[in-house]
Amino acid sequence: MRNSAKLKREFPLHLMLIPGVIIVFIYSYLPMAGIAFAFQKFIPVQGLFGSKWVGFDNFRYVFQMPDFWQVLWNTFYIATMKIIAGQIVPIIIALLLNEMKRAFVKRGVQTLIYLPHFLSWVILGAILVDILSPSEGIVNQILQAFGFDPVFFLGSNQWFPAVIIISDVWKEFGFSTIVYLAAITSINPSLYEAAIVDGAGHTRQVWHITLPGMVPIIILLATLSLGSVLNAGFDQVFNLYSPSVYQSGDILDTLIYRIGLIDAQFGVATAIGLFKSVVSLVLISISYILAYRVANYRIF
Amino acid sequence: MHHASFSRKIFVIGNYVFLVLVSLLCLLPLVQVLAISFSSSPAASAGLVKLIPVDFSLDSYTYILQKQEFINSFSITLQRVVLGYSLNIVLALLCAYPLSKEVKEFRLRTYYAWFFVFTILFGGGLIPTYVVVSETGLLDTIWALIIPGAVGVFNVILLLNFFRGLPKEIEESAFMDGAGHWTVLTRMYVPMSMPVLATISLFTLVGHWNAWFDGLIYMNFPEKYPLSTYLQLMVINSNPMKMDINNLNGALEISERTTRAAQIFLGALPILIVYPFLQKYFVKGIVLGSVKG
Repeated sequence: MRNSAKLKREFPLHLMLIPGVIIVFIYSYLPMAGIAFAFQKFIPVQGLFGSKWVGFDNFRYVFQMPDFWQVLWNTFYIATMKIIAGQIVPIIIALLLNEMKRAFVKRGVQTLIYLPHFLSWVILGAILVDILSPSEGIVNQILQAFGFDPVFFLGSNQWFPAVIIISDVWKEFGFSTIVYLAAITSINPSLYEAAIVDGAGHTRQVWHITLPGMVPIIILLATLSLGSVLNAGFDQVFNLYSPSVYQSGDILDTLIYRIGLIDAQFGVATAIGLFKSVVSLVLISISYILAYRVANYRIF
Repeated sequence: MHHASFSRKIFVIGNYVFLVLVSLLCLLPLVQVLAISFSSSPAASAGLVKLIPVDFSLDSYTYILQKQEFINSFSITLQRVVLGYSLNIVLALLCAYPLSKEVKEFRLRTYYAWFFVFTILFGGGLIPTYVVVSETGLLDTIWALIIPGAVGVFNVILLLNFFRGLPKEIEESAFMDGAGHWTVLTRMYVPMSMPVLATISLFTLVGHWNAWFDGLIYMNFPEKYPLSTYLQLMVINSNPMKMDINNLNGALEISERTTRAAQIFLGALPILIVYPFLQKYFVKGIVLGSVKG
């Protein structure tokens, strides 16, 4: 009796979840079954059950591709540099913003630096292609005014990864300061009062109070970013790269796209995708466990 | 003491100058594109435009706004934003409410929560997702852009964490008065969650406006592209600098620099308009969602 009353009480809760569960099941869980493509010579008209099973052939093929290891390295390098620079720059900017006392200017600066986060890589990519153009772009005009030779930033393997990393930091640094600023404002003000009484100047206060106060959130965000070391940013690279910079700029996601949807080699593309998903899953799980142990962080 | 306050002053001034320069660095690329879009085509292609329009001209805007493809893709994006946004918000509320309950009130809560959270950790990847979207008959329909991403798990988490912070007494007294879960959700939780709903709204609206890749892969005809995908085709793929890559749709006209610039600016405009109004909410929302306790 009590049990049935409980069931009745819980019934609307199940009802509310049904639409979401169905959609997530179809569009997130069914594709997981599609991982089987990785072990097939998948041909769409023959379907999942009609295609020939080939064991690990697709993986063997992928690992023997001369480009694959270069692409894996590019992905790892670009993603890791983004994570590192993407943490350091916002910390510095947050510290500097915290020193700004005029609320009006501070808010103006914040409004402008958050803005690029909300624009897509289609828009920002198109802007970058224009301003970095070797012939008519404003950046090269400035370089030439100072007597430098024009640089084909998006066409040279020497420059391309740097452009990707710097422009990503440029897009996201402002937005990332939000969390650090919140951490700074949550520091107990009496700590600063005590420091002033002890004769600590501004620099010492930053070193001994503000920065240590930010350490937990820095550790937390660094840990959680572990899961993205194979996410070099598909949208950005796809909108900026070209065959002349594949050597330095091609990443796993763009390779999957070209092999899968342009060349229609579904099995091989899925195999690369699965490789990436599994590595990411392991890293994300480690990062969540670490975040829970170290910072007592839970997602829900 | 006097010396210290002098160096402090230098620092404060230097800090202001530096941060203002940094924020200009975020704005100037947009200004440059805006200036090119309002310049005459010869001046722009000669590289004469530097942050200020040269030979002021509205030609590129009149050209684009008369272009049927642009208008079409704009209306597809509007449909997408309205439908997609409504569905995202409704589903986020419907999922977040039950998941915000304690296990003793809702015994399967943890299982459901893992069902959703696991999709953040692992996914089938591009090709299997494409095949499922294709098999469920969504290709070339607007639903391909709306349904696969209709449950935003991050939004659900943001919302459920907010719900859990609401005082329990309110809903308990409502239950005493005979209200059910539906009433509590729609009459009490929703009105109390406006700040976090504003945050989710901003992200969802911007997300639908900006999304371009799903349009590129799920639509076989450029006439069905939403605006962002259309722009991707026009300003990136048809750029002479990048002409050689991924030229899926055959020979494209080479677009002029001013036309490209005007399209870039029009693509960014709605975000530039909406963003300042919602700014005060999202800062709060981010902080609520990411650093708890």
